[in-house]
Amino acid sequence: MAKMNMIQSLNSALDNAMEKDPNVISFGEDAGYFGGVFRVTAGLQEKYGLDRSFDAPINEAAITAMAIGMAAKGLRPVAEIQFADYIFPAIDQIVSELSRIRYRTAGQFTTPVVVRTPCGGGIRGGQTHSMSPEAFFTQVPGIQVIMPSNPYDAKGLLIAAIESPDPVVFFEPKRLYNGPFDGDPTKALETWAKHEKGEVPEGHYTLPIGKAEVVREGNDVTIVAYGTLVHVALAAAEREGIDAEIIDLKTLVPYDIDTIAASVNKTGRCVVSQEAPRTSGFAAELAAQIQEECFYALEAPIQRVTGWDTPYPHAHEWAYFPGPQRFINAIREVLEA
Amino acid sequence: MTQTDPRFHVPAPHARPGDTPDFSHIEVPPAGEAKRPEPTVAAHETRDLATGLVRVLDHNHQAVGEWDPKLDAEPLREGLKHMVLTRVYDDRMLKLQRQGKMSFYMKSTGEEAVAVAAAMALDKGDMVFPSYRQQGILFARGRDIVDMMCHCISNSRDNLKGRQLPVHYTWAEGNFFSISGNLTTQFPQAVGYAMACQYKGESQIAASWIGEGSTAEGDFHGALVLASTYKAPVILNVVNNQWAISTFQGIAGGQAETFALKGQGYGLATLRIDGNDFLAVYAATQWAAERARAGLGATVIESYTYRADAHSTSDDPSGYRPKGEEAKWPLGDPIERLKQHLIGLGEWDEERHAALEKELDELVIKSYKQAESFGTLHDGPLSPVESIFEDVYAEPDWRLRRQRQDLGV
Repeated sequence: MAKMNMIQSLNSALDNAMEKDPNVISFGEDAGYFGGVFRVTAGLQEKYGLDRSFDAPINEAAITAMAIGMAAKGLRPVAEIQFADYIFPAIDQIVSELSRIRYRTAGQFTTPVVVRTPCGGGIRGGQTHSMSPEAFFTQVPGIQVIMPSNPYDAKGLLIAAIESPDPVVFFEPKRLYNGPFDGDPTKALETWAKHEKGEVPEGHYTLPIGKAEVVREGNDVTIVAYGTLVHVALAAAEREGIDAEIIDLKTLVPYDIDTIAASVNKTGRCVVSQEAPRTSGFAAELAAQIQEECFYALEAPIQRVTGWDTPYPHAHEWAYFPGPQRFINAIREVLEA
Repeated sequence: MTQTDPRFHVPAPHARPGDTPDFSHIEVPPAGEAKRPEPTVAAHETRDLATGLVRVLDHNHQAVGEWDPKLDAEPLREGLKHMVLTRVYDDRMLKLQRQGKMSFYMKSTGEEAVAVAAAMALDKGDMVFPSYRQQGILFARGRDIVDMMCHCISNSRDNLKGRQLPVHYTWAEGNFFSISGNLTTQFPQAVGYAMACQYKGESQIAASWIGEGSTAEGDFHGALVLASTYKAPVILNVVNNQWAISTFQGIAGGQAETFALKGQGYGLATLRIDGNDFLAVYAATQWAAERARAGLGATVIESYTYRADAHSTSDDPSGYRPKGEEAKWPLGDPIERLKQHLIGLGEWDEERHAALEKELDELVIKSYKQAESFGTLHDGPLSPVESIFEDVYAEPDWRLRRQRQDLGV
């Protein structure tokens, strides 16, 4: 075991995967020689050579299409889209092509591509470096959608994604790259050094795609979160001394309905959350499915904690970010209903 | 001084319905005029070839000049047969569509040489990323006609399980990638595929085809940037058939420069060829394939041709271009030209040609009867309903398993 932050653990995942399988290659804007603007691919070119970790032109559609073509030839491409906000030029290649190659060819061709992309706010990134566009991709049959919340999960899930026979869009909450974040921007930065999920094996391991984790057991209310908000939800429960059960979803497609339903059937109350804008977000899908599964166990309407239906503002970033107080308000709402 | 015109400009074609077809603005250089450099030439030295027109068959149907691939009579007859089969198949499928036997069809009439000659010049192992008007590749590569029809009528033997519109073929065994209805997406994918061939140290190359209208897509730029950056062993074909449904090639910027010339901006080799000349298409593809296999990168080939029929069965060209325009196309008909060439060589005659047409028509009719025995879209049997939940992922997850139950299958 080693102490790793999330950048290091993702780098370690790529390193292990590339070492194990010569078909695994990594590329993206600034992701070759320089090792990526967040350094996730640092050292890979030096270790594995120019043809296995290289720079790509600033064209997200072309990057994705190149990965599709390579995967059709049997490679396992890991394409980096520099910010999730930049993924939209690639949307046709992801939605109309990548996701459907297996289906439309009836399995004659498959394209197991991983698209990695840093997402989320809390880093003063303004509207074009803060988005959480995961819900768009959960609407697309044929791709898996993953968002880890810590270094240990990030590594195990990225290796699982690379080895998955299906294409994966892999969101990396960039506010968590260097440390957990409980939603209070006034506190000193924390690192992963003291966090148990900052303990990461140096060797190869995978975590199951589609499996959530109960990260805090409790009896009064279930909070479903993923990415940065896992830590915010934990902080909110701690601060208010609420006996909340907190689920880290990790995989959005396919999400782990069994773990969620078991918890909500136990607690009878539920808060679902996302950093993205409220309307048609992934929390809405969770709320709908939970009420289908657990209607007779529910003691109160499900509450959503989300970003606002606005672009991610720069100066008023913390007014947008769904911090602990918004969780506390929602939890009170469901507990008092 | 250039004449100035400050008005907002929307280009228009030379003739519209009711007008006399007019192609007098098209310059047709004599066959044999274009020089053929070695395939190892520097890309910028192919600039002239992007603005000229590589032609081999002259007005007397004789093969002339440096680009003559000097094929034996046997491959020429084979090429003729694939082209005739393509046309006969298209004609029969159109009729069947009109009888309600399939939901949709797209012919390649007038463009048969573009697909057939290119496929014959490539190795059978080279991966092709076609658009929807290169069915000729399938015939040239020997795909079973019954299988093709089973796909088009979406029956129980459709190798795509009824998931794709007719003519959106896939044939992995024949190195024929899946055709997308979204235009140009396959262009940069072909480049990625070609890069992977090099990565694996294989001599296989990739080739892709789009229409001239589709060069307006961002993926065209993306493909050329990738091909140029990584020197990928790929052939990027632009089939300039003059029409993108109802919009003429000027709406894709075609009145400014040739489509082939765009490749020069990316430092790629460029050829503009007579797409209705079987020998020119063959020679250009052979040249580009040799260049790609030598590690010298991609060639952009503009095949200058004419879409002699409607865009698809959902289209009626009499609404936007003069009737009979196809008969006036200055580059003639690809089948007629190769046929006359073979007759001139003493290797073919009208009787044999008529017999070939008859034989292939009978083959197509017989094949359709066989295909129909496996069902039709209208009357079934189709692929099993539960197959709609298969191949979304390698294994269906809980959502798909439940939804299948909800559908009751």
